[in-house]
Amino acid sequence: MSQTQEKYVGQSIDRVEDAALLTGSAMFSDHLPTRSGTLHAAILRSPHAHAEIAAIDVSRARAMPGVAAVLTGEDVKDISDPFLIVLRQPILQWALAVGKVRYVGEPVVVALATDRYRAEDALSAVEIAYRTLEPAVDPEAATEEGAPLVHEAVGSNIVSVRDFAYGDPDAAFAEADRVVKLKISYPRNSHTPLEGFVASVAYDAATESYDVQSNFQGPYSTHTVISKALRVSSSRLRMRTPAFSGGGFGVKVQVFPYIVLMGAASKIVGRPVKWVEDRLEHLSGAAAAPNRVISIEAAVKNDGTITGFRFDQLDDYGAFLRAPMPGPLYRMHGILTGAYDVKNLAVTNRLVLTNKCPSGMIRGFGGPQMYYAIERLVQRIAVELELDHYEVIRKNLVPAGVFPYRAAAGALLDSGDYPAALEKAEKEGKLAELRKRRDEARAEGRLYGIGFAAIVEPAQSNMGYLSNILPLEERRKNPKGGAVSNATVNIDPLGTVNVTADSIPQGQGHMTVLSQIVADNLGLKPGDIHVNLEHDTAKDAWSIATGNYSSRFTSSTAVAADRAAKKARAKLARIASQTLNVPADRLEFGNGKIYAADNPDNAVNLYRVAGSAHWTPGNLPDDMEPGIREIGSWSPPELEPPNDKDQINSSLTYGFVFDFCGVEIDRDTGAVKIDKYVTMHDSGTLLNPRLAEGQVHGAFAWAVGCALHEEFAYGEDGSFLNGTFADYLVPTAWEVPEPQIVHMETPSLVTPLGAKGVGEGNCMSTPVCIANAVCDALGIENVTLPLSPNKVSALIHGEERPPPDGAEAPSAAREVAGNVIAGAGEAFVKSPPGEVWAALLDPEKLASVIPGCHALERVDENDYRAEVSIGAGPVKGRFKANVRLSDLDPPNAATLTGALTGMLGLSEGSGRVTLAPKDGGTALSYDYRIEVSGTVAAVGGRMLEGAARALVRQFFERFATVLGGGEVAVADEAAPSWWTRLLAALGIGR
Amino acid sequence: MPQLNRDTRHAISFTLNGKPAQGHAEPRMLLSDFLVHELGLTSVHVGCEHGVCGACTVRIDGAVGRACLTFAVQVDGKKVDTVESLTPEEGGLNELQKSFRSNHGLQCGYCTPGILMSLSAYLEENPKPSEDELRDMLSGHLCRCTGYVNIVRAVMEHVGNAP
Repeated sequence: MSQTQEKYVGQSIDRVEDAALLTGSAMFSDHLPTRSGTLHAAILRSPHAHAEIAAIDVSRARAMPGVAAVLTGEDVKDISDPFLIVLRQPILQWALAVGKVRYVGEPVVVALATDRYRAEDALSAVEIAYRTLEPAVDPEAATEEGAPLVHEAVGSNIVSVRDFAYGDPDAAFAEADRVVKLKISYPRNSHTPLEGFVASVAYDAATESYDVQSNFQGPYSTHTVISKALRVSSSRLRMRTPAFSGGGFGVKVQVFPYIVLMGAASKIVGRPVKWVEDRLEHLSGAAAAPNRVISIEAAVKNDGTITGFRFDQLDDYGAFLRAPMPGPLYRMHGILTGAYDVKNLAVTNRLVLTNKCPSGMIRGFGGPQMYYAIERLVQRIAVELELDHYEVIRKNLVPAGVFPYRAAAGALLDSGDYPAALEKAEKEGKLAELRKRRDEARAEGRLYGIGFAAIVEPAQSNMGYLSNILPLEERRKNPKGGAVSNATVNIDPLGTVNVTADSIPQGQGHMTVLSQIVADNLGLKPGDIHVNLEHDTAKDAWSIATGNYSSRFTSSTAVAADRAAKKARAKLARIASQTLNVPADRLEFGNGKIYAADNPDNAVNLYRVAGSAHWTPGNLPDDMEPGIREIGSWSPPELEPPNDKDQINSSLTYGFVFDFCGVEIDRDTGAVKIDKYVTMHDSGTLLNPRLAEGQVHGAFAWAVGCALHEEFAYGEDGSFLNGTFADYLVPTAWEVPEPQIVHMETPSLVTPLGAKGVGEGNCMSTPVCIANAVCDALGIENVTLPLSPNKVSALIHGEERPPPDGAEAPSAAREVAGNVIAGAGEAFVKSPPGEVWAALLDPEKLASVIPGCHALERVDENDYRAEVSIGAGPVKGRFKANVRLSDLDPPNAATLTGALTGMLGLSEGSGRVTLAPKDGGTALSYDYRIEVSGTVAAVGGRMLEGAARALVRQFFERFATVLGGGEVAVADEAAPSWWTRLLAALGIGR
Repeated sequence: MPQLNRDTRHAISFTLNGKPAQGHAEPRMLLSDFLVHELGLTSVHVGCEHGVCGACTVRIDGAVGRACLTFAVQVDGKKVDTVESLTPEEGGLNELQKSFRSNHGLQCGYCTPGILMSLSAYLEENPKPSEDELRDMLSGHLCRCTGYVNIVRAVMEHVGNAP
């Protein structure tokens, strides 16, 4: 009888997660049961980028039906502390704004009610008086003398500066044949999981403890931040996470401020509290990858050899430095020389705060920004030296045969053969054919370019990397390094195998891979292994590194599970050795049996052996504990604290990714089409190749979004401009081509399973690869992402030129720049100018013509205050309006200046109306300019032009009606709105 | 359409996945909230609440609709199908679901039920779409995990149009 057990690790087995997900029975956080009496929270957020909170009146909101409480920053401040941060700087952040708001979307008030609808009703009755301040929006401007300060107590927007040098960069630059320089600016974006944050917290006054259910994804170093903020020991902060999460991508660590907020709220009201984030909240207030400005220089020889790099990095963390920030700058630190054998390196890292949403942990975590600078620069080196880009990459790669290789800044590259990987990609991806395709396209006059990018993909972060932000003497006091992961294999009395672990899955398929690993160790099938990855800090093993980030699973929790399974196997073998009368080291496991290696017929069922540890513990060897519940823990020894030379092995494993692509640019529209994309991955041993490819596909798709579509847009006043998925553009099936994936498997030398990370490589390589191809196609020095058609067509055609002589200039109505709308129009009223003028100055008449006006009172001779309900396109809601008439020229002209404030945000605008006698009536002409911010700007940007015109038109139509009829000819109809343009494009012109 | 009172919880009777279902909802309650929080369905996932992402897609009287853009009171007397309706009589997965599993057409699975509901309707109309047609249809759904490649493969294999 053959007992040889089939090995499951390395096979593309089906996922055990899928049946529940495909049939809808998997429970995501919003589906989890809550205690009866749970209150539902809604959060009122700042419409201003920077303002003092002068007063908050929640009295009307508190009195509304179903409302249990309405809390402000002062309430929260009483029972919680500011969030811990890595720097000793007075950057104080509570779960609700205290005294001042610092970004659009910052939580200011939380309402708790019997359901979410009533909680939101309550928010509409909250009145807040703000005194707006000049915001700091652009990171470079924010560093200048006299820039508005985000945190006055810090005294500067630059909150940390650190210089590093490795090798002898000055000598390298002095001896270089030439220095190639580039300045890049990487935009803000985020991976935006489809499921938003959920935080459900119950405070128990008897034990003074918090019970949290949330889709928090770790790292659990943040658990400490939460418990400190809530003023409890960590054992009194029970964190429970579900087995299913609707995508994480790093973003879901940033639910932590809301866990603190709901914890504080639950304690104050004495009831459980639940909050579910909506999409606008997520886009405006969850987190963004930090935008970064990098000036990078390379010292190069004429043959293309790079001898040194100099980085000057300015990373923009938004309004607060929240844990685990500034990870994006330091997580990549050890590997700042990328895939290249460059010994000399100089780095200046500056952290700047601005009035934007705080930055956070997002897939790629610093890699996209850093590699954008390095790989754009390498392309520039090739262009400036008139060398082939591919050859410049190849010449500078870390050579084969030198692994493990210590990179200049400390990364210990564990294994690889980069030149061989390049060759494999070149051959299998048919680079020569692609070059021919480019030549043919160019011969036809088409815009076609090829891009390359080579990157090293780090995985499993060293918990000590952030220490490098501290000076040596400070970090010596408390050296940090390592990364612990945990898994448990529990075999119950009937021999069923159960596995738990602290991987906090976000959809990657951890249950499946753990079942493969444990099955192989115990000679079982994956289907025999029951994996439960719900996690509970009150009952499961965890550590500060616990969580799902830095592509760590395959080299962390998977190893811990392997160790736990090996312990269980050793224990089973010892028990079986008594039964079979064979030494334990001569036993094999396979097909559910334990058997003698040299006599497979001498066998016993595994479940019987396991059962005996429960049923007859007295028969166990004397030193053996009863039952089988084995914990595997693992922290790789290579993850040491930074050394005295500031070198840090910032991650455990280092994979290699090499991409090339061909893009064609539509000369008329500026649209970038990815014609071919090849991505080569050496991620070590693949535990489940199909899942590994899935990670590549997912990272690639987001990277295509980053390259072509995705950016959080802010107005100059700091208003947030894309708060819906119709504004923040995420690639769909139509925009993401299928990349050709080439694999090479060089096992890692530092993890027992040989596996490296695979989830983030393309986030780092693909944006710059596409950018390189676009630069190649257009023959330009630099581009800034995302490469939207309007940006690219400006690169092709230059900025839009003024119309030729005699042609009419476009109407001012077309000026819709970000959050500014301007327009003009005309109307005719049958009454003469005198009567029209009188009506304009008559509060009652004015009230009757302002759309949606409830009450209008005159507060001064030419000042009015009104309440209006507006419903035009996206602009729906009740607003307070202040209107002032000025520059009066009776009865010829007047200027109206007004401000609208309401829950949806605010707008300020002014317009000039002129009256002229015409045919016994009055010809009115007007122009206006309106600036909007808050929710309206975030969700309605696309439609504001039309909404504003509709409102202005309504005003004059009603005006005409009140004054005995007339007609309104809105001149700016000549300049078609996006809607009429779209209709025209579809052939439905009107 | 009967007159509805905004402060009243109205009785709603409808057919959910072939079985009679009842509940109460204020007129403003979204169908997505109603299905999840009043009736306890775990298959309905809310991703954007403005109709773009498609995660909450269900079928109402056979037509594909976004549960987040529909009020619960609108389905009174109607037939609503969610992904549970795809389960074959003998249980388990239907053929399209099996193809999603074998092609790794899902990762976190949050968008999956909505995509399956759109596909169930689409494939009735167009049982053998080309890849371009399929990608065009799928562009009504956002997925942040898979890069769509394996979703396309799953469907193309299922309809017998795999390359």
